[in-house]
Amino acid sequence: MKIIENVSLHVSRRGFLHGALASGVFVLSARFIPRPLWAAEGEAAAPAFQPSLWMSIASDGTVTVVAHRSEMGCGSRTALPLVVADELDADWSKVKIDQATGDPKYGDQDTDGSHSVRSSFDLMRQVGATGRVMLINAAASQWGVSPKDCTTESHFILHRASGRKLGYGEVAAAAAKLPVPKKEDVPLKSRSQWRYIGKESNSLFDLPEMVTGKAIFGMDATMPGMVYASVEHPPVLGQKIKSYDDKAALKVPSVQKTLIIDTFKPPHQFQPLGGVAVIADNTWAAFKGRKSLKVEWDSSPHSEYNSAPFRKTLEATSRKPGKVVRNVGDVDAAFAKGDKIIEAEYYTPHLAHVSMEPPVAVAEYRDGKVLAWAPTQNPQAVQETIASVLGIKKEDVTCHVTLLGGGFGRKSKPDQVAEAAVLSKQLGKPVKVVWSREDDIHCDFFHSVAAMYMKAAIGPDGKPTAWLQRTVYPPIGSTFDASATYALDEMGLGWNNLPFDIPNHRAENGPADYHVRIGWFRSVANIYHAFAIHSFADELAKSANKDSVQYLLDLIGPARIVPLEYKEEDADEKQRYPLDTARLRRVVEIAAEKSGWGKRPMGKGRGMGIAAHRSFLTYVATVVEVEVDSKGQVHIPGVWTALDAGTVVSPDNVRNQFEGAAVFGTSLALFGEITATNGIIDQGNFNNYQLTRMNRAPRHVDVHIVESEAPPAGVGEPGVPPFAPALYNAVFAATGKRVRELPLSKTKLV
Amino acid sequence: MIRFKVNGQEKTFDGDPEMPLLWYLRDVAELTGTKFGCGMALCGACTLHQNGASIRSCVTAMSDVGGTEITTIEGIAPMHPVQKAWMEIRVPQCGYCQTGQIMQAIAFLKDNKNPTDQDIDTAMSGNLCRCGTYQRIRAAIHQAAKHQTPKHPATTHPATKHKAAKETA
Repeated sequence: MKIIENVSLHVSRRGFLHGALASGVFVLSARFIPRPLWAAEGEAAAPAFQPSLWMSIASDGTVTVVAHRSEMGCGSRTALPLVVADELDADWSKVKIDQATGDPKYGDQDTDGSHSVRSSFDLMRQVGATGRVMLINAAASQWGVSPKDCTTESHFILHRASGRKLGYGEVAAAAAKLPVPKKEDVPLKSRSQWRYIGKESNSLFDLPEMVTGKAIFGMDATMPGMVYASVEHPPVLGQKIKSYDDKAALKVPSVQKTLIIDTFKPPHQFQPLGGVAVIADNTWAAFKGRKSLKVEWDSSPHSEYNSAPFRKTLEATSRKPGKVVRNVGDVDAAFAKGDKIIEAEYYTPHLAHVSMEPPVAVAEYRDGKVLAWAPTQNPQAVQETIASVLGIKKEDVTCHVTLLGGGFGRKSKPDQVAEAAVLSKQLGKPVKVVWSREDDIHCDFFHSVAAMYMKAAIGPDGKPTAWLQRTVYPPIGSTFDASATYALDEMGLGWNNLPFDIPNHRAENGPADYHVRIGWFRSVANIYHAFAIHSFADELAKSANKDSVQYLLDLIGPARIVPLEYKEEDADEKQRYPLDTARLRRVVEIAAEKSGWGKRPMGKGRGMGIAAHRSFLTYVATVVEVEVDSKGQVHIPGVWTALDAGTVVSPDNVRNQFEGAAVFGTSLALFGEITATNGIIDQGNFNNYQLTRMNRAPRHVDVHIVESEAPPAGVGEPGVPPFAPALYNAVFAATGKRVRELPLSKTKLV
Repeated sequence: MIRFKVNGQEKTFDGDPEMPLLWYLRDVAELTGTKFGCGMALCGACTLHQNGASIRSCVTAMSDVGGTEITTIEGIAPMHPVQKAWMEIRVPQCGYCQTGQIMQAIAFLKDNKNPTDQDIDTAMSGNLCRCGTYQRIRAAIHQAAKHQTPKHPATTHPATKHKAAKETA
């Protein structure tokens, strides 16, 4: 209720920037502006000046910036408006944020791949700077002076010569009547003029609401007259209902009825899994009713999926030649030379995302249109999925985005939002679908299970003369094409871009079938790729009797740009983000120095390990110190991470991301494992799918951000990949045990 | 008919006595600051205070609420030193678990004015944070302990002031 009534229609009174900025993004259109749900402070003044889709200024001076990316804890909802405010020279306390609905006019809204700031930084600077120029022009015209003699200072335009001063709100209406300047007539601030970008004082826009319980997450969204639904999904992917008995369920107080959701037709994509929905007056009654449902399911091609034999299949494939994804020199010739050969195999299991807020959504179908509120990373995927499932136009699906109680990749897939829409169409009223934690874990789009085979020939100096790496896992592509067995985009996630100075190198990928839904998971394939590469690098270092940090630096080799093949769509990456080993070396050196590597005595059962991995264009090195006690339990007294993410908007938030990545990394390194028996997931809640708790988390995480003027790169994900190999290398240093599979809890250390 | 207080207000409930307090608060009373995370008292996202002590509302049946005083995050006003410390340390990432963390910390600090790291770990390890903000949570609790004057009641709502006064007496 609080939500729907807060939607109001504003029609911009003037054209938007025409061709001055990124073309195609700025379009003249009416737009719905849902006022920030979590900061309802009465009526906002109507915008007097709206020079673009992204920003408007009201006559009371209130600046409203559109956040087109979702907020799931990484801070982009704050970071991008901060960039606008900085170039606008606005007072941040007068800035409000308007969360965008899903709409292609905003360009890509899929908040994944750690690229919100990277992809929109330049645009947001331009948005702010254009507004500033127009405000100056309006004030100068009013004063009858040259704009050149005017300047701005925190929400005011100043004419210093005469001491005159006007507030942004005071000239907003006049600015609205002026032509939008061309891009070349809009100066950007120099870095030294930035007041918000890169400043320690930045904090999350939603912080006060988050600590007082007023923040609105998807779990908190409501619509008038809505009912609650809990869905009994097929236990095995692709199963259909054979029969069901809902008599007992319907006797549960407050349960209204049950409804069927059809099982998808492959490929599953983001479609609902299917099942029986229990509709009730409240969440609890829906959950309780579901417990009394009796459903019989038919068979599925995935009913034979068992994790232990599947592992053997993956490992067997990893020992056979695969598809070559990068080739340098001739590894086979080098292997044949008779140098010392070292081989190793690594295994990593499925993982579940388990964001603290389980999947949830509320949707209403009415007159062929759908209105949805969801904690989604990708509101345009909500539009497309619902449109496709219901056979309506995607333009007829409006998706509002709430705060996300964590996402980690799970919430880029909107199957639960589609469930709410499908049920609402059947019921004729709004429906809130709430997944239990068990639903979340049983029916995830899992991080893939993977097997890696590594082989190196070692020269007389202890360095590899040849390095072969082969990786095998059910690809994410299987979610979109049921016949997909080879990885595609995953290869760029730390596999076809090894930054080592080795004359002969070949990277391969072998085929694997999927039996559960596979999806993106914070840092994705980088997790298993970095685990294999950096465990193996450390094995080679120890085999050569070398210091691990020095050996890693030797592997990386001299400062250079690593020649890589880029796809056409990655031209920006090639030009602005070349793989620069100088930056990689630097983070290794800093992490080692900060940790006191080699300078602190490590007592019995203690040790340090290092790994360095570039992902999402950010260079990260992590040192982990472990203490293995007499019972074999691993404690983590310290973690030291150095990162070079180029230009950083909110350094304190970036440190928070990397502190969190160490905890996320601890979860997957020590405990994380999802397994299946006859196609059914064995885990269901935090008792058997454990996360790191405070008492097992690293005692101290030190994050060092390298000062850089390079373009901004990712910060949400890149902290995760180096963590597990650094920890495992530390375990080896502490115990002499080389463990080659995740998680560590499966191996007895003493 | 079950009678109880929520944030100082008299309430009655005559629905399913098995309904957990969490879902009463969220779906019936429309107090959504208390979060659902697991339904099995494994994650602490639903933490609130019953007669001043922290409990997991996802496993507290309405039948066990009668005659008690419930305080949710919405009842913590004005801003508590723990919330202020959470702001100063900039603890949250996604923010979803943080109301439960804060309610757990407030109750804990009432009994332990000067906690060690070990004390905090013991008190807070039932509260999961998938974003991994534990280091900041620990720092914020230390900071709140420092700022909390001895006379400041642990929860400032009238409902719990009463309880705090009784404890002091």
